[in-house]
Amino acid sequence: MASDAELTPTSYMEHHLTNLTSSVGEGTFWTLHVDTLAMSILLGFVSFGFLWWVVRGATSGVPGRRQAFVELCIEFIDDQVKSTFHGDRHAFVAPTALTVFIWVLMMNAMDLLPIDIMAKFYALLGLHNWRSVPTTDINTTFALALSVWLLMIFFNIKVKGLGGWMHELVCTPFGKNPILWPVNILFNIVEYVSKPLSHSLRLYGNIYAGEIIFLLLGMWAATGLAGTFFGALLGTGWAIFHILIITLQAFIFMMLTVVYLSMAHESH
Amino acid sequence: MNINLTLLSQAVVFAVFIWFTARFVWPPLLRATENRQKTIAEGLAAGERGRHELELASQRSADVVREAKQRAVDIVAQAEKRAAEIVDEAKTAAREEGDRILVGARAEVEQEVFRAREALRQQVADLALAGAAKILHREVDAKAHADLLASIKTEL
Repeated sequence: MASDAELTPTSYMEHHLTNLTSSVGEGTFWTLHVDTLAMSILLGFVSFGFLWWVVRGATSGVPGRRQAFVELCIEFIDDQVKSTFHGDRHAFVAPTALTVFIWVLMMNAMDLLPIDIMAKFYALLGLHNWRSVPTTDINTTFALALSVWLLMIFFNIKVKGLGGWMHELVCTPFGKNPILWPVNILFNIVEYVSKPLSHSLRLYGNIYAGEIIFLLLGMWAATGLAGTFFGALLGTGWAIFHILIITLQAFIFMMLTVVYLSMAHESH
Repeated sequence: MNINLTLLSQAVVFAVFIWFTARFVWPPLLRATENRQKTIAEGLAAGERGRHELELASQRSADVVREAKQRAVDIVAQAEKRAAEIVDEAKTAAREEGDRILVGARAEVEQEVFRAREALRQQVADLALAGAAKILHREVDAKAHADLLASIKTEL
């Protein structure tokens, strides 16, 4: 909980939902969420560093426990990619899927850290307003979704050529007839706009909502002993359920990435 | 929901992590697992091959044993046949030898008989001559009457 003297529910929520910002220029756009960046980069370094460390000593003989675990994860992702993407997946799509899954999973998992204890810990480091979960920052989810979106357009042009892609925009999904061209174009615009939106907002919404629930339960705990007890009980229940959401959302985000990229590779 | 520079920064971080994974994490592990798959597949194939070879070998050994048995039977039969032949040959040879000896003995006996008859004839001739000389009381000239004596001898 915040160490401020006047603690109201609003200030509590605000405290936990405010990013640590750093201004790098004029205007609101030129600010950086230091906590989001630091946490996501740290998590990326830890998880991909771990993978790299295990894989560097990988043997094709009998694998150790660590390697077996990593292989299990990677095989799982590779299987998912294999069933969706029919091309040379090892060059780009499968590693991308692995990156997305592991990174998003790790970032989501930060939601399980007890927020108020972590706030105390960060305060010890002199950091007030520090959000641990990068995926509750819309910038992160949009960054991922828009990167995937740009990759989608890149692969569309790379595989089908600029003309081929334009042809697809104009002539699918309803048909080649010139009367249908406007409808096709409209349909495709909607599709191209909705893809990154739904892709990013789904993840953001789920994790953000999860965090709000934790905050509300934390607020309940402020009402007295009964509130603390039931807040802790429900908090435990929600955390257990949240493990599922964390994994599921990471998986969905990865699957959508793979599906979008494989759709870009296939002609209609 | 304030979109700001964090978005671009996160996109760059994302790109770097994708690059890192695609460059340093995915290929080595893929190589390792593919090599292991190959090893396992080769092992299974070798096992299958070994089993097949064992089957062939046992079949071959059974064939060899059967052939050897057959040959042994043949050899025994041949040996028996040869033995019977040898006994037959020996019998034949013995009979022939016996016959030959018999013929020789018979010839000798005839010769002896002939010789004895010659000697007897000579003695009879001598006796006859001596008797005749006694009868005639005079010496018969053996030389003068050789022809006569010889004719008498043949008549005896």
